[in-house]
Amino acid sequence: MREHFDIYMSGVGGQGIGLLAELLARAADHAGLAVHGCDTHGLAQRGGMVTSHLRLGAVRSPLVPDGGADLVVSLERTEAMRAAMTMLKTGGTLVWYDAAWQALDVRTGQHPPLEAADVMAAAKAKGAATWRVLVDDLPDSRMQNVAVVAEILRRGLVPGLGRAQVEAAMADLMAGAALEANLALLH
Amino acid sequence: MKDMGRILLGHEAFDELVIGNTAIARAMVESGVRVVTSYPGSPTPEIAEAIRSMPADERPMYFEFSTNEKVATEVAFGAALNGRLSVVFFKSVGLNVAADSFVQLPLMDIPGGMVVLLGDDPGANSSQNEQDNRHYARMSYCPLFEPSGAADAYRMFKKAAALARELRTVVILRMTTHVCHAKEKIHFDSWNPAPPDDEPLFDPDYTNYIPLAATVFPMKRRALERLAAIEARLPSLGFDELVDNGNGQRGVIVAGLPFASVMDVLDDVALGGNTPGNEPSGARRPDVLRLGAVYPFDRAAVRSFLQTHDEVKIVEELDPILEGDIKALAFDAGLRCRITGKRDIDETMGECSPAKARAVLAAAWPDLFPAAAIPSAAPVGAIGSVAAAIAALPPRPAQMCPGCGHRSAFHAIKKALASGDITIADIGCHTLGSLPPYNMGRVLLSMGHATSTAAGLSVFNDTRRAVCFMGDSTFFHAGLPGIVNAVYNGHRVLLVVMQNGTTAMTGHQDHPGTGRNFSGDAGKISIRAALEGLGVSNIREVDAYQQAALTAMTREALEEPGFKVIIATHPCMLKFIREARRKPGWSARRVRIDQETCERIHECVEHFACPTFQREADGTVTVNPDLCIGDLSCRQTCPAAAIVPESPARSAT
Repeated sequence: MREHFDIYMSGVGGQGIGLLAELLARAADHAGLAVHGCDTHGLAQRGGMVTSHLRLGAVRSPLVPDGGADLVVSLERTEAMRAAMTMLKTGGTLVWYDAAWQALDVRTGQHPPLEAADVMAAAKAKGAATWRVLVDDLPDSRMQNVAVVAEILRRGLVPGLGRAQVEAAMADLMAGAALEANLALLH
Repeated sequence: MKDMGRILLGHEAFDELVIGNTAIARAMVESGVRVVTSYPGSPTPEIAEAIRSMPADERPMYFEFSTNEKVATEVAFGAALNGRLSVVFFKSVGLNVAADSFVQLPLMDIPGGMVVLLGDDPGANSSQNEQDNRHYARMSYCPLFEPSGAADAYRMFKKAAALARELRTVVILRMTTHVCHAKEKIHFDSWNPAPPDDEPLFDPDYTNYIPLAATVFPMKRRALERLAAIEARLPSLGFDELVDNGNGQRGVIVAGLPFASVMDVLDDVALGGNTPGNEPSGARRPDVLRLGAVYPFDRAAVRSFLQTHDEVKIVEELDPILEGDIKALAFDAGLRCRITGKRDIDETMGECSPAKARAVLAAAWPDLFPAAAIPSAAPVGAIGSVAAAIAALPPRPAQMCPGCGHRSAFHAIKKALASGDITIADIGCHTLGSLPPYNMGRVLLSMGHATSTAAGLSVFNDTRRAVCFMGDSTFFHAGLPGIVNAVYNGHRVLLVVMQNGTTAMTGHQDHPGTGRNFSGDAGKISIRAALEGLGVSNIREVDAYQQAALTAMTREALEEPGFKVIIATHPCMLKFIREARRKPGWSARRVRIDQETCERIHECVEHFACPTFQREADGTVTVNPDLCIGDLSCRQTCPAAAIVPESPARSAT
């Protein structure tokens, strides 16, 4: 396929995957990259698995092929592992926020809780670089998505994407105290 | 912060990154659409959100959420009869509800023109099936156009609306989930609004509007002649696209989003050819004919494509509709082209994603792609192969939110049931009660079916009691006839109306029981009063958090003859907390598990199963502070009374 960079995002409904996706898409647009993407809507808010596709470059379909993501961004431990195993390309990159929202089978005792090391092992099996994010003093758990964006910027995980573009995208999407708090988190 | 509503009403041309649904709202503005109706259902509600974002006093169209899709269709039709360009939109299965009126529309002369905008759902992402609504176009003689992306949807809507208006008819724009939600940067044209002419134009003397016996036939003839006229104009409408790769041997015919999938995977054909040592034998990109007009389709263009290729593969999402028509066309014309379509049942199921398009093309032409890298079978931890590891991960279906009143209601009602009793689900958030650990509501057909299905289950059955569930929006949508029937025919059924004061699953739209409509305050229709008006005499009401009372009244009601209703009310807590957070002085509330008191009974985490409760490897239960909203509905479920409000203690919401 022609030159492009595929990002697959995942988490649990309610974690702010939609904002994460919109932020990265708009930042990429500000960087002059061609953007195609697609979010999960509908049932998403109801605590199920939520995913989003973002494709930068010369593609037509908004859907990242299975096992084709250059970068997997996840906001939850189990979903990070699932996405790493199903969507991450061999030699890709996984960046994830280590929140653990247990799936039902774990809560009912049918499945042992996952550990962060399980996610690392799954990523390692794909030969992936892995960045785990966990911020102790986050003022609001709904800012975990922006904490991950900060890590993406710090490590330069999306080619062509810089701080200025992310800040411009933030200014497109929020205002007032929310904008200030999230901008602060970026630094 | 960008103001999308103002952007959508801009007079100058602009470029903006939007999803397909938002692009459609701008297309409506530019097209001069005057009346828009809908019933909320994924994947379409964001069209209404885009319309809502426009300042109300500058919004060029009237919008309403009607009580159901049939009503919405009729309102849009009536407006179009008066000369207003109208749009009705809803989800795939909404067309079943609308069908009785919808199938009549192509018979009519509609001065304003009308667009039926469908959100079909290949892959059944958020629907009870993945029905292919192209069948409805054929059975009703309604033209159907199919965009393959968000920008395409914007351009195609404008052409389709103009065509409908010019020909005084109805057309379908069939979008699918990932066209509605596809995000891309779109160039929008300028908008030069003209003052609307709202003269009511309905003229029953101009043409006949009453299809009755013999008068049906001139109307049917007109519908069929209109289809032929549209087909003749297709080359100039530019809905279709020919991708000429200079391949006289192989061609692909495709429509909708699968066009994007096919184009993406065909890029790999060239790449494979350019990779030394990985060159497929003689692989060249097939030519591609993409049909934007699907019914009618441009038979001349298809015939020409068949004539100029030795083999044509039809890559078609869901049902083999084009396949049958194209094969018939080739047969009638005596063409020698080898046409292949669906190979098996799997090709009739699911969305035609790039991965699927690749598999379908590779199966037709094994030499097309370079040998794909074999997926790594490296062990992950101690679990074994990657596939086994993926399968071993705990699934994460949607679930009821923390504090959901439905969870409380199900937990309470379940205690009142005997093991053989039968529970019937309906559509809405409470459908999630059908999943473990609740297993409440074990059969589901459609919106509003629950009361009547329960009635049937109660016939010749004096031993296993029937309890059905229905949400408040569904009650008004399609619930009333089944309730009237249960009263009229005296069915022994218990209906629990799960009233959360909103249309929750689709994004918190108002309904006739909320006291608001899209435009503002509206008369609130009381469910109790409606039930009483329908002749229901046995009605109980309870707050869904009052679990002991709900259990007791369920027990009582199940002993009583005839049709009974319990209205179990609690506001949608997702909506409630979102709104509460915006208010000044709001502070988060939570519960905690008093570990000294906790006896590891696990009622909270296993049976009440609020997602807030987490189970540690040693059996300790904790509360996830990201999830808990401190609603306290869980407190009554703990036999050891170990669930306590985090200090400072606050009262329940």
